[in-house]
Amino acid sequence: MSLSSHEFYLVVPEIWIAAMASLILIVDLYLTEKTRWITYFLSQITLIGAFYFTWVLWGQGPKTAFYETFILDNIGTLLKMVIFVFGFFVFMYSRKYLEEHNSNRGEYFVLCLFSILGMMVLVSARSFLTLYLGLELFALPLYALVAFVRVETLSRGLSQVLSHETGAEAAMKYFIMGAMASGMLLYGVSLLYGVTGSFGIAEISSFLTQETEVPLAVLFGLMFILVGLAFKFGAVPFHMWIPDVYQGAPTAVTLFISTLPKLAGFGMAIRILLDTFHALSPHWQELMIIMAILSMAVGNIAAIAQSNLKRMLAYSTIAHMGFLFLGLLAGPESGYAAALVYVIIYALMALGAFGIIIALSYRGFEFENIEDFKGLAKREPWIALMMMFILLSLTGIPPFAGFYAKFLVLNALIHAGYVWLAAVAVLFSVIGAYYYLRVIKVMFFDEPKETLPLQYQKVSKSGVALVAVNGFSVLLLGIFPAFIFDLAVSAFVR
Amino acid sequence: MTLIFPLLSLFIWLPIIGGIGLLTLKNKNQESLSRGLALIIALISLGLCIPLIVGFDSGTAAMQWREQMPWIASLGIHYALGVDGFSVPLIVLTCFMTLLVVLASMVSVKDRIQQYLAAFLIMQGLMCGAFVALDAILFYTFWEAMLVPMFLIIGMWGGKNRIYATIKFFLYTFLGSVLLLIAIIYLNITARKMGLAYDQVFNILAFHNLPLSLIEQKWLFIAFLIAFAVKIPMFPVHTWLPDAHVEAPTGGSVILAAILLKMGGYGFLRFILPITPDASFTFATGIIGLSLIAIVYIALVTLVQTDMKKLIAYSSISHMGFVTLGLFIVFGILLSSKDPSSAVIGIDGAMVQMISHGFVSAALFLCVGVLYDRMHSRQIKDFGGVVNTMPAFAAFFMLFALANVGLPGTSGFVGEFLVILGAFKAQFWLAVLAGTTLILGASYTLWMVKRVVFGAVGSVAVGSLKDLNPIEIMMFVLLGLAILWLGLWPAPLLELMHASSNHLIEQLMQSKL
Repeated sequence: MSLSSHEFYLVVPEIWIAAMASLILIVDLYLTEKTRWITYFLSQITLIGAFYFTWVLWGQGPKTAFYETFILDNIGTLLKMVIFVFGFFVFMYSRKYLEEHNSNRGEYFVLCLFSILGMMVLVSARSFLTLYLGLELFALPLYALVAFVRVETLSRGLSQVLSHETGAEAAMKYFIMGAMASGMLLYGVSLLYGVTGSFGIAEISSFLTQETEVPLAVLFGLMFILVGLAFKFGAVPFHMWIPDVYQGAPTAVTLFISTLPKLAGFGMAIRILLDTFHALSPHWQELMIIMAILSMAVGNIAAIAQSNLKRMLAYSTIAHMGFLFLGLLAGPESGYAAALVYVIIYALMALGAFGIIIALSYRGFEFENIEDFKGLAKREPWIALMMMFILLSLTGIPPFAGFYAKFLVLNALIHAGYVWLAAVAVLFSVIGAYYYLRVIKVMFFDEPKETLPLQYQKVSKSGVALVAVNGFSVLLLGIFPAFIFDLAVSAFVR
Repeated sequence: MTLIFPLLSLFIWLPIIGGIGLLTLKNKNQESLSRGLALIIALISLGLCIPLIVGFDSGTAAMQWREQMPWIASLGIHYALGVDGFSVPLIVLTCFMTLLVVLASMVSVKDRIQQYLAAFLIMQGLMCGAFVALDAILFYTFWEAMLVPMFLIIGMWGGKNRIYATIKFFLYTFLGSVLLLIAIIYLNITARKMGLAYDQVFNILAFHNLPLSLIEQKWLFIAFLIAFAVKIPMFPVHTWLPDAHVEAPTGGSVILAAILLKMGGYGFLRFILPITPDASFTFATGIIGLSLIAIVYIALVTLVQTDMKKLIAYSSISHMGFVTLGLFIVFGILLSSKDPSSAVIGIDGAMVQMISHGFVSAALFLCVGVLYDRMHSRQIKDFGGVVNTMPAFAAFFMLFALANVGLPGTSGFVGEFLVILGAFKAQFWLAVLAGTTLILGASYTLWMVKRVVFGAVGSVAVGSLKDLNPIEIMMFVLLGLAILWLGLWPAPLLELMHASSNHLIEQLMQSKL
């Protein structure tokens, strides 16, 4: 058996991104501060090209390649395309931030592109080796990005000195936690290998369906793999890194971490839970129920106490990941599609929320404390309105997109017979409403702060436009949610 | 398929789009333009009620002016609209009240007028949407979305303690309604199991005919009850209302009392009674008990209030107790007389009480607003002898107060009388208890009027008050006419909803078990 050229055709997007990222790395060496826009421009071209190449492959599945280690199917293709779209917007938001924080370097884009490459490999994995390879490739650049030099010159008094170190601290935490998660995952995979003699997802899956009695080692392996997965999502009790990393990282990096890895993580969950362990679903569903409830409880309750918006959103992420788990455990009929819609819409909301922090931050001043938002409606009415859309969407108020995401998950959950779990979930979202409302209250009902540090700069027209596109897409997806749901359902058609 | 003029969609989208349009106007220089635009939109909406009523066939309980198109097709969720005898009066009430709020803002609101008017117009569209939605998810969308403008109205233009009040309002009602969503999804899954057509699986009317076991009905009843009881509000989940009313600006209080509370009553008519008739029968005693507590106990609480707005808010809770009493006394009448034609009196009474309370409470809140604009106080003790300086105002205030008491000839009488009559048919002592409100209501309302309007001039400030301006007189005349019309000649309203009430009684008599 030898490789045919047709197999390479299936990985054209991956090859394209790898080649372009390397090219950008080299080109960037020869650029000066003035011509740095070329890096940005090339990165965006890369994403647009990758989107096109992936688009061409839509519907051509499922096909495997490279000795059953890589799979091209609709769910992977869809996730990749969504990742490119979000990556495009992340770069658009980040550009201004990087310039104003003296970190306008090509490395940001190159590292992000490599991370995206890792995500692509991850969501197309057909073997646990590929899966692990993708996971590490997507995580390693992120560790570097979190520690990405953040030359805070004029920030808040004393904290200016510290901010560099918080980035490093966050990166360290992230790295150690991430390494531990990888270790757990690998250990689980090795147990599986011991029993089944294979890394291939297809082989393991067919082994599990044939086996009437599940070997204990497989259950152990499943446990460890689930722990690794939960780490990546930041589900309780494996959530400790999320608040520190979200707060400590430069906002442009937080923006990246809070959107794209969630999509990739969803792909990983599908590869593991659906493709591999479908036969064992009663076993992992119980664990997921516990993690989901804990995540919603801890996330929603801890978020109330936060004064830093980035940290508050980090805890809200934890709560949302709990909700996502509910979709995943609701089973194959509509649960996975609902979870996919949920993760896409969540990413859109996170993009908007962190994007607004970026848009409002200006040279030397991070707009990240909730009290900085006081009276924002008077100073920046459009941004405040868009922030309100996004916060209401996160709360799950119709007609914003977040409501339909929640609705689909609840629908799937009740369909699967978990009425009580749905009731628990909605009650936690009422707790969640409190802290989102508090931000709306600060923006709309409080008077603006007398003095903001430094020269206050109004948000540029282009910044407002970008935020408006993001905010209105949250509203429009809520008014016309049908197409995204149909897309998600079609992604699961085999 | 015949092409139907999308009248109901206009009721929803005209004010919403108009409101969004107002938001784009600049804050300065365009204030009078935005006031004019808002007035025109409100007038057109009210004008749309004419074709709605004229084209409405009151001989049938079927939904009319129907519109339907797929919305989230793969799940069977539709944009389905329609009206029956219960929704038409509520839509008219909504449009009428929004017009009044726009008029009232002409004199009393100066701050961020564009946003203020836009919030109320959007609110109007959403409220109409909830009254006409036939798809459960569409209903839920409007029902929840409504919270947002009200949250902003109280929070941005409210009084001193507005933030506490508005967050309490939001969380309370949000907590109530999330379980409604679960109940809707549960019904949808039952409908799908029954093999209903795909355009029926979220249809409220299809839910009416679903067979449900008693235990299912009980759970659904509780989920629905939490949502609607908070909104009405019923004792003991009423505590958000006084806070919200006291802190809301005048317009907010008017809409809150006149329309938002009616959402709860409408929910009973549209969801609880027809979907879970057997559970309603089981729980009827409890609901009647809670209603009587609201009527009597809250009336006693009302007596001791010193803040006029708080007083009217508590009186609202007491009056809304009649709505729930009327709706559930039906079971008592059916038990004792087995005569469906006499049971209808409970439904009719509840419905008339809702409309009447809409007019009367709105009128009273506007009166307090008029006084507050001039004196910046709502405390009863700050007033006294207002009649000396504001005779016209005093006359209107007296009329509205008497309507609140339930004087024959005003709208307040009709609803309360019908409900008490229904209670009489069911159980003599129920009627006696409910009847005490006529005494208690008279005491707290007239006592307030006496202290505010009559007597010697209380202070220098009262001595220099100016009487009503033309806009205010126009508002009060409109309200006074509505109250007297409904009190003297309620037949058209009863006629309008007759078929729907009878249909509901039939649904209640038919056990789903």
